[in-house]
Order: sequence, then structure tokens, then C-alpha cells
Amino acid sequence: MATEGLHENETLASLKSEAESLKGKLEEERAKLHDVELHQVAERVEALGQFVMKTRRTLKGHGNKVLCMDWCKDKRRIVSSSQDGKVIVWDSFTTNKEHAVTMPCTWVMACAYAPSGCAIACGGLDNKCSVYPLTFEKNENMAAKKKSVAMHTNYLSACSFTNSDMQILTASGDGTCALWDVESGQLLQSFHGHGADVLCLDLAPSETGNTFVSGGCDKKAMVWDMRSGQCVQSFETHDSDINSVRSCRLYDLRADREVAIYSKESIIFGASSVDFSLSGRLLFAGYNDYTINVWDVLKGSRVSILFGHENRVSTLRVSPDGTAFCSGSWDHTLRIWA
Amino acid sequence: MPCLRKMERMIVSMQDPDMGIKMRNQRLLITVIPHAMTGNDIVEWLIQKYGISEEESLHLGNLIVKHGYIYPLKDPRSLVLRADESPYRFQTPYFWTSTKWPATELDYGRCHRATGTDTGCHPFAATLSATASLAAIYLAKKNIRKQGDLIEHEKDNYNLLHKRINHTWDFVVMQAREQLRAAKQRRKGDRIVIDCQEQAYWLVNRPPPGAPNVLEQGPERRNCHTTRVQLTKNMDYYKREIEYCRKAMARTRVKSSICLEGYIKFNEQYVPHDPIMSGCLPSNPWITDDTTYWAMNAPTVTIPTKLRVERWGFNFSELINDPLGRTQLLEFLKKEFSAENLSFWEACEELRYGEQSRISEIVDSIYQQFLAPGATRWVNIDSKTMERTLEGIKTPHRYVMDDAQMHIYMLMKKVGEGGAGQRRAGQDPDVSAGPGLLPTVPQVGPLQEPAGRGHHSPGDQEAVRAGAEPWGPPGVVPAGSDPVLPAGSSPSCASSGIPAPARPCCCPRAMPRRGAGALPPPPCPRRRAESPPALRERPDPAHSPAAGPCRQ
Repeated sequence: MATEGLHENETLASLKSEAESLKGKLEEERAKLHDVELHQVAERVEALGQFVMKTRRTLKGHGNKVLCMDWCKDKRRIVSSSQDGKVIVWDSFTTNKEHAVTMPCTWVMACAYAPSGCAIACGGLDNKCSVYPLTFEKNENMAAKKKSVAMHTNYLSACSFTNSDMQILTASGDGTCALWDVESGQLLQSFHGHGADVLCLDLAPSETGNTFVSGGCDKKAMVWDMRSGQCVQSFETHDSDINSVRSCRLYDLRADREVAIYSKESIIFGASSVDFSLSGRLLFAGYNDYTINVWDVLKGSRVSILFGHENRVSTLRVSPDGTAFCSGSWDHTLRIWA
Repeated sequence: MPCLRKMERMIVSMQDPDMGIKMRNQRLLITVIPHAMTGNDIVEWLIQKYGISEEESLHLGNLIVKHGYIYPLKDPRSLVLRADESPYRFQTPYFWTSTKWPATELDYGRCHRATGTDTGCHPFAATLSATASLAAIYLAKKNIRKQGDLIEHEKDNYNLLHKRINHTWDFVVMQAREQLRAAKQRRKGDRIVIDCQEQAYWLVNRPPPGAPNVLEQGPERRNCHTTRVQLTKNMDYYKREIEYCRKAMARTRVKSSICLEGYIKFNEQYVPHDPIMSGCLPSNPWITDDTTYWAMNAPTVTIPTKLRVERWGFNFSELINDPLGRTQLLEFLKKEFSAENLSFWEACEELRYGEQSRISEIVDSIYQQFLAPGATRWVNIDSKTMERTLEGIKTPHRYVMDDAQMHIYMLMKKVGEGGAGQRRAGQDPDVSAGPGLLPTVPQVGPLQEPAGRGHHSPGDQEAVRAGAEPWGPPGVVPAGSDPVLPAGSSPSCASSGIPAPARPCCCPRAMPRRGAGALPPPPCPRRRAESPPALRERPDPAHSPAAGPCRQ
């Protein structure tokens, strides 16, 4: 009836205004405890000297854009995936290829190494995440042992094993993240809340090991509780898709706010992937302008710019022991820098 | 593409009459081209404006040219910026890369602009077929001018277009002829400029095979504006937002100053351990191709390095997550007759991260081994947690042991970190200042300071050397000796030569009641007279043959 419709509209409007006013109050609360900026606290810290990092290895072998890579816990092996569907496991120290598998889809945007080093996971436009055990048999046929674990309704953008080979966390273009049991393919938990494609995720290295963060095209970074599936924190200050943001931003989870922005006038293109050095003092970011910028996290200044790739840098990760980092690019190569 | 907008702003400031690049006539062989600049001019301006190096400036300039915002007059086939006297010009906004409308947009502002005159005209919306027509006209002109002698890929494209828009081909050829005729009436300088503009535009939008396509974006992503995720902003949506805000308001926040100080302290603690910042000994394998560093730091090595042991002292999770550290922890706990705690914790980890199908089995096994009244390896948990856990076991799931696991973890943490009390003296007065767990492990010290990057404070040298003494066997690593094994020392922990220090007993002060029917625990062998009985397992029959088999 007409009067009911009116009532509903009023409630919707009042809910909307309540939500908005609460958001405002939340921002005020957050601001109350913001008593100092990072660069002020960092004044007493010594500035970093000259930084020289070079390409120490170039891994050639992919026939098309490299989209993702991950390190093995043994600090030298890596897995990488590319647009043409190929997934390669390398001993990057010797640059030898150890395993290769061709996925049935193109744009394999996600790949991950299992903690044991005995398996890899990958996925992309097939909307799935598949796990391949690695063997050293002479005539290994990796594709035969493939296990389909995750099923999304859109492309897979990121995947990661948790503390064991038996669980995988995935992020997808369908706007959700999900936790899966590898053995059975069962969905253990799903995480809803992003308003658009989820592009990346990372697990928190905490003592309880219960949270992870995801970033999406809705410009939000969200922190999730793996047990309950709830979003426990979110940050919304980016001005563009998180994965092509022109500025890198640092959020402090305890302070519950953004604490630093890393950007420069001369940097026009977005950063596609970031990682910290072991001590957290340096931030390495790979950009769509083919370069890698090294930032001093505390001072907020750029320490170094690394050239070498001939197309956009699509993935970047520091090795498990922090001795080097690896970057993958649309120029079909991966580079190890140290 | 937001980066194109930023690039355009840059281009606009480059053309600013006062602060922009000084343009002048450039000579191209015998022709004079107005409003042009040299490659050098561009590089210099970027260096000045953004305070960047020449290398970066050249790289940035190249990107601008690759995206078609500046085009070369000499050698127009190659969109490359040369830092010399080569002439360049700003692309007309008509041909800007961002002037690309999605194919679904209606076509308005038709092809009367197809003459490509250098007048700052407004962009037009091009449908797929309109762009195809333009491409066809461009190639047709080339075809006519070169009398059929097109480059391979241009020929292919030409034929393809012919097939695709066959129905308008007469129009295409007519336009091509018209444009060529009009061009003949222009001055040579203008003709060159227009040709270069068009050339640049098509190089960007229809790159030849093998050349990278700067416009490629990868698979389409939907963002908030074209979302495929159903987020209708109805009442439920706002109710969820309100709920979230309320929870978020209630969350404990910490002052920025404290958080940031904490972060800086973390940095300072870990920087000596960060190989990229401080180097590593003997060398970084990636730089020298020498894998000794990895051999010395392998997960299970007989003698850990000093740095590694130092790291165990930072916090408990470093200790327990390092396989060698965990072994040390286990040895220590065994001596305190409380090794069951670590076993329990490990079993809980197996449950949390294990296979879904084995959950019931693992929960049952944990219960039998660690929680059941009179279990062989009974762990001491406070009664509330025990009650909750036992209740939860009735409907087993992978997180059912979380509370109990955390309790035991904290217990072990207190013990493990208490051992490092001398490093953090003054922080926790309850913790005895005994060296505890760590110094009985012989370690390898550095031969010399690693060649680090960045800044080293002078205090570092002293700290490293001073730190060597209490930790290792006397005479560890004299100069010149093999860096892996200290000269004269044996690898085993027991023969370190250091007298066993007094260590805090791992008996907690508060002793919760044990289950009825349990045997009283044997006295803690190391406890001081005043401390209460320890919490530990009954001696394992396998290890102490004197004791009889445990009753179940």
C-alpha cells in the first residue's frame, strides 16, 4: 500500500543517515588517538645511505606476461605463472626450470608454493584454484595429478596456503575470499564484504595466525577473522583500485588508521605489488611504468629506483630469508634483485 | 585509466607558456617545423621539475612518447625518446590516448574531423566501426601514396579492414583521396607534422606485431561503478554498515605515537638481521654465488649462528617457529618435565591446519593424550578453559582447541622469554635474571662486521663483539678460523663448558587443582625450596625405567 511504501522509504533514509553519521563518528574516534605523524617519530632515526641493488638473476622461459610468483620456503625455488597458461617451478639460484605445467586456461593470475615445498597452487581465468603435487619422477605428468580445490564464480586473483599444505586461501573477481580444505575441496569459510573484485590477499604473521588482509577494486583493504568469516577492520583511503594505486599506503592495525603515504610527483603509474624487507624498514614496490621503487618506510622517502624490466612489473616478493626479492613482469621475465 | 590523466596533467604543465618547455623552430633536413623541442629539452625539463636523475627522466620521457603524447619528427616509426637534438612535438589532444570512448557509447561528432587538422578540437566518441573506418582511411592513404607497397602487418590489417567494413569501402577510399588532395595544398612543414601525428597515434593504438601494446590492461576488472557484485543499498546493507560501525567504534585503539614507536623499535631490532639492509656473513649468496650462508642457516644445522640465536630472544614466536629453536625449546622443557606442553601445542596446530576429514580423529587423539583425566601427557589448563574445551569437543571442529592452545602457548612463552630475561632486564621484575634457555647453545659468531648497506651506527661494532662472550664457549671463533665451527669446541650442547646457570623453574605460582584420582606429581628436580610443585608430565616410562608404567 502507498503508506507502507512511504514508511519503508523513510526507514531506508533514516538508516542511511544513521550509517553515515556513525561513519563520521568512527572517523572522529580514530582521529582522537592520532597524536603524531610517522615522519615526526622517525626524525630520530638515521637516514639510509646510498642503495645499490642489481639484478642478480634473470629467469627467461615464459612465453608471455608473467603474472604472479611465489617463493618456496627453501629460499631459492620459486613458482611463476603467466598469461599463456604456463606455470613453471624454478631453482632461481641456478636459473634451472624444474617443473612446468600448462593450465587449461590463460591469464594464470595467482600461484603459490606450499609450505612443505611439495606442491603448488595456481588459478586464473578458469575461476578455480588447482593444486599440483611436485614429484621428481622421470616422466612426471603433473597435469595428471592435478586437484581442483577452489571454485569461484569469477577469475581467481590471488591464492595462498595457510600454515600447512592442507588449506588454501583464495581471492576472486567475484568479490569474495574463501578458505578451502585441499584434500576434499570443501569450502571451510567464505568472506563477503568487498563491493567489487578482490585483487590480493596476505596472511598476518601473528601468534594466533587467525587473520588476513585483502584488497579490492572497491578501494578498500579489509582485515578478516578466518574463524568467523567476519571483517574486523577496514581501511578506505585509497583513491583507486588497490592493485593499481599510484600511492602506496601504510595502515597501522593497532592505531586503526593510515599512517603513511608513499608517492612522488614523477610517478605516474600505479604500483601492482609491494613487499617489505625483513626488518620492515624498506618497502619494495613494482609499478606499471616498468620500474621498482624502494621506499624508506619510516622517512617516507624514496631510496632508490630500479630499472631493468621492459614492461610493467606485475608481481614482487621478498625471499623468505630476506636476502633478495623477485619481480615478475609483462616482459616475460623474472628478475632476482639483491 | 587514471595514469593517463596524470600524464596529461604533466603534458599540460610541460606546455605552460612560462614554466614549460621552450619551444622553437626545429630543422628537419631542409624543412622548418614550428613549435617543436629537442629530446634534450624534454629530459632537462623533467629533471628540473621533479628533481629526478637523468636515467629516471629519460625513462619517464620514454613512457610519455610510448603513450603517444609526444611524437618524434625524425624517425616517426619509432616511439622512442632520444636525449639529443632530435626534434619532438606535443601530440594534438584530438589524438590523445585517453580520447577513447567505450564501444557502447553512442556515436556523435562524426568523421568530419577525420582530416586530422592541428586545431585544438573536441574529442569525438568513436564506436568500433568509426575507429575501424579511421584506421582504414589511414591505411588507404598510405596504400595510395606508396602505390601498394605497405609493410607486411599493414597489408594484413588493410585486408582485414577491407573485409570487415566492405560495405563502406567506397567511402573509405573517397575520404583517403580527399585527405591526400587536401594535404597536397598544405605547406611541407604542416604535411610532415600531420603525418607524424597520425603515425604516432596508430603506432600506439595499433602496435605492429612484436611491439608491446601500452594500452593493454589485462582482463577486465569491475570496480564500484560497474560492479558485478550485487550491492544493492537496501535496508540490510545499511543495517550491516551500522553494525560494523558500532563494532568498530568499540574496538580498542592504540595511540599513534605508541604504535609508531613500536614499529620503529621492531625495525631497529631486526635491521641487523635484514640481509638487504645489513648484509649477511659470509656473503649474500645471490651476490657472490656462494651458498655458505644458506648452509650455515639451514633449518636443522648442528650449530646455529649467533644472529639466529639472538633472534630467538626477540620474542617467543621466533623461537618456536624456527625448527632448531623449537628443538632447543623441547630440550629445555624436557629438563623441566613439561615437554607435553609443546607436544600439545603442536597437536593443536595439526588440528587447525589439517585436513577437514581428520578433524574428529585428531580431536579425539588430543583428548586421549593430553586432556582426559589421568592422560599420560596431561597438560595443565585452568578449569574454566578445560570446561569450555571439553564441552566443545562434543562437536569437534578445527578451532575447538584454540583457547586451550593459547593458554599453553602463553605458558611456554613466559618460560621461553623468561630465559632471555637478561636481555630485557627491567621489563618484567617477576622474571629472574638468569640467562635461561639460550646461552647453553654454542653458536657461531661473525668473523668481522658484515658489509652492510645504509647506515651503521658506530655502536654496532661494540655490541657485536661484546655480545660474543657470554653466549658461546670460551675462545669461540678466533680470527682466521673456519667460520662454520668454532675451533676446538664440540658441537654438542652439553659440552659447552659453561656451568649450568641457575634457571627459573617453569612452575607457575598458582597451581590449579588436578583431576580426582590423579597421582600426585613428583617433585620438580630443579625447584627452589619455596616454589610450589611443578606442572609437568609424569616421567615417561621410556625415559625413566625406574618408574613403573603409568596408570591410564
